[in-house]
Amino acid sequence: MSIEVRHISKTFGRFRVLRDVSLRVETGELVALLGPSGSGKTTLLRIIAGLEQPDPGSGAILFHDEDVADQRVGDRAVGFVFQHYALFRHMTVFENIAFGLRVRPRRLRPSPVQIRQRVEWLLHLMQLDFLADRYPHQLSGGQRQRVALARALAIEPKVLLLDEPFGSLDAKVRQELRGWLRRLHDEIKLTSLFVTHDQEEALELADRIVVMNEGKIEQIGTPDEVFHSPKTEFVACFLGQVNRFSGRLERGKVHFATFEWLAPPEAQEISCLANIFVRPHDLQVLVEPNGQPTLAARIDHIHSAGPKVRLELTADNGQKLLAEITQDQYRTKQLSVGSRVFLNPQNIKVFPLPSQEGGKG
Amino acid sequence: MFGWPRVSPRVLPGFGLTLGLTLLYWSLMVFLPVIALLMRAAGIAWDQLLQTITEPRVLAALGLSFGGAALAAALDTVFGFMVAWVLVRYRFPGRRLLDALIDLPFAMPTAVSGIALTSLYAPSGWIGQWLVPLGIEVAYTRLGVVIALMFIGLPFVVRTLQPALEQLDPELEEAAVCLGAGRWATLWRVILPTLRPALLTGFSLAFSRAVGEYGTIVFISGNLPMKTEIAPLLIVVKLEQYDYAGAAAIAVVMLVAALLLLTLIHRWQTGYSFLRA
Amino acid sequence: MAASLRSNSRHHIRGHAPASDLTEPWPIRLALILGTILFLGLFLVLPLVAVFAQALAKGWEAYQSALCQPDTVSSIWLTLLTTAICVPIGTLFGLAAAWCLGKFDFPGRKLLLALLDLPLSVSPVVVGLMFVLVFGRHGWLGYWLESYGIKIIFAVPGVVLVTLFVTGPYVARELIPLMEAQGTEAEEAALVLGANGWQTFWRVTLPQVKWGLLYGIILCNARAMGEFGAVSVVSGHIRGKTNTMPLQVEILYNEYDFVGAFAVASLLAGLALITLVLKTILESKTAHQMALAQVSGPETTVAINSNGAT
Repeated sequence: MSIEVRHISKTFGRFRVLRDVSLRVETGELVALLGPSGSGKTTLLRIIAGLEQPDPGSGAILFHDEDVADQRVGDRAVGFVFQHYALFRHMTVFENIAFGLRVRPRRLRPSPVQIRQRVEWLLHLMQLDFLADRYPHQLSGGQRQRVALARALAIEPKVLLLDEPFGSLDAKVRQELRGWLRRLHDEIKLTSLFVTHDQEEALELADRIVVMNEGKIEQIGTPDEVFHSPKTEFVACFLGQVNRFSGRLERGKVHFATFEWLAPPEAQEISCLANIFVRPHDLQVLVEPNGQPTLAARIDHIHSAGPKVRLELTADNGQKLLAEITQDQYRTKQLSVGSRVFLNPQNIKVFPLPSQEGGKG
Repeated sequence: MFGWPRVSPRVLPGFGLTLGLTLLYWSLMVFLPVIALLMRAAGIAWDQLLQTITEPRVLAALGLSFGGAALAAALDTVFGFMVAWVLVRYRFPGRRLLDALIDLPFAMPTAVSGIALTSLYAPSGWIGQWLVPLGIEVAYTRLGVVIALMFIGLPFVVRTLQPALEQLDPELEEAAVCLGAGRWATLWRVILPTLRPALLTGFSLAFSRAVGEYGTIVFISGNLPMKTEIAPLLIVVKLEQYDYAGAAAIAVVMLVAALLLLTLIHRWQTGYSFLRA
Repeated sequence: MAASLRSNSRHHIRGHAPASDLTEPWPIRLALILGTILFLGLFLVLPLVAVFAQALAKGWEAYQSALCQPDTVSSIWLTLLTTAICVPIGTLFGLAAAWCLGKFDFPGRKLLLALLDLPLSVSPVVVGLMFVLVFGRHGWLGYWLESYGIKIIFAVPGVVLVTLFVTGPYVARELIPLMEAQGTEAEEAALVLGANGWQTFWRVTLPQVKWGLLYGIILCNARAMGEFGAVSVVSGHIRGKTNTMPLQVEILYNEYDFVGAFAVASLLAGLALITLVLKTILESKTAHQMALAQVSGPETTVAINSNGAT
């Protein structure tokens, strides 16, 4: 079942949390809503679930192309996993999972035997069999997370919504559960949407990522697209680290620092100030100038613990920069703190500054 | 973040019903009587109101109610601090029993406390027989009023100070000691200032309870006009003489005082969660 | 909240054996402990003992016959009747108030919360007077009601009404902090899972606040049975008719029937003791629920288990 959101806005008091958001999640997809806190992603998720009402007259929410805006929360058949799980504290794990089935109107309610079977099947699926009689406060964070998921799945939801599913877990459990959720999704193929502020989580798990900022969608795309071809400065900065240069676009060229690049095809005609972004791993580090224009810099710090070596540098013009090289390069080049190196960007991303357009061009 | 505890979760049903019920109950049970009192008092001419309140007998009664309550609350704060300190900081047999007993004045009907205290402090009572030879008369004197007011106010101070003392970060005292402060200096310069909001709240709760107290006092005070007569009793006396205007005038003074105290307490409140009556 | 913090720090204090600089020298400690025991003994325990001692001063027989006086028996019935009316209504109102004030945010909420405490801050005598001014013969509604033969002041309905007034806030004020701390996530989860409003309330909300609710009911009950000042103003002290137990205590005492007065008082003091015992038990249970509410999600479970057991 697909989820579609059309032109949704939401205001709390004077605070506009969502501004004209539109989004479509295809059947069976696993999509991440990624953004910093306050970007409106959780509110969007809650609006889709029906836990929050969008501003009156601001658009539609469709499940499988059917408008559900007027449906009550309980009738939308969504599985919702809360950030803090919201397990019922006074019920055992078994009772928690069975809750959604037990509260159905009599004619839709499965028999006690059927309920037991379904709950046991879910406990098994979630590898929780031995915890059926425990209470939530007797479980670890990871176990609670899985109980919450089992409870959401018990009602055979048509879509699954997860609010920061790994937000309150420690790093190691988080990593395990991430792989496990991906496998689970591949198995049951339920249309799923999850909220996260952790870019790594989104990049690793999701089929597609929706990057949000200040109540607006900045970009929708596959992990590859949003990482390698960010459409906005925000996306470029939010996903991974960048070095930012101020420069200008002029007659099909980009000028920044000591460099001159060909402007990207869509910016051929524009002349204006621009921001130029270079990812740390796109910054080639040379021990000797190679004849091409380079930027001279000094190494301030070297972080060599990890798969890549990260260098903190200060360019001759005073700008602080980050570069990332392989362990191999690091060893062959014999770099040390204080070394003088020459930097050469391999790949740049240009964002024209609209406000300056024509002003100085 | 949004939509966490009480921010517009209008999906929860029952808001209109319960708010309506609450407002209805509140207006009928509380608002209506309060308005009746205010209207009644408003019907009295201003100078007549002033005249009633400044009658010597009324002034004496109000003075005893407010002054006695202030004195009792202050004493409660001192003794309550000691009790709270001992109950929180020290371990000794019977501590939990004492802890449970603190609420006794709160749980005991005021008339029962009243006659019990009177019988204890009467010249022939268990305590009175020792005090009277020393020239200390408690029953039927202002001292008796203060002791009875202390009795009912004590739990409020202790129950406000206990959580505050427990919340007190041990690092604070450890830091003070590391900086060379002695125990006494730590108490005066670190602990007491930190507890100030709780002390204030406890004091004002005890004061607020004591100002309006009636049941405990009428027995022990002896009710002598100008001497041991408290304001609530004077209201009753005026009512019995069908002097509704006079009763309303005194009542309004007490109501306004209660409202002021309520506002102050809500502002100072330090997060105590029970026994705030 | 306060109670849960208390159990936390108890652990703390036990855990760290205090260094000598961080506590008082033992003579001072001993003096303070003895002082406290003496003070509380004289100040709290002795009055309680006095009630029972005076009641039994002339022997068990006199005590029994004092309680069997017709006027006393009827005062006991009236107190039970008043309580039986006021406690359920107070509970219902408390639940409604706690639901809208504890689970929702709306303009005016703060004001309403403050006003909720009003009945407990006003002098009981003033409360009584206010009801006389509304329902008394010279009051707003008194004359009109009397023309229908309905008498409220100096009659049982007046006693019930003022008791309702003074007991109204107890349940609400115990439930509101608890419901606030628990938030609305559990209710939202229930709704998403398809439960309707009643199911959510009965199966999710109520079980989570049951100890707090019971605690509030106990306090409400104690006040309903023990209220003196307000009832005294509106009851008219008609023997055998409008006297509640506390009023009966007063009348007997003023007639120098000390055994009779203290016998009735001993029943009320017994009630106070039961209230204290239940209160102590329920306090730790609500502290437990409160603590659970505060760690709904993250992995901080073990501490709660040990705290809740206190």
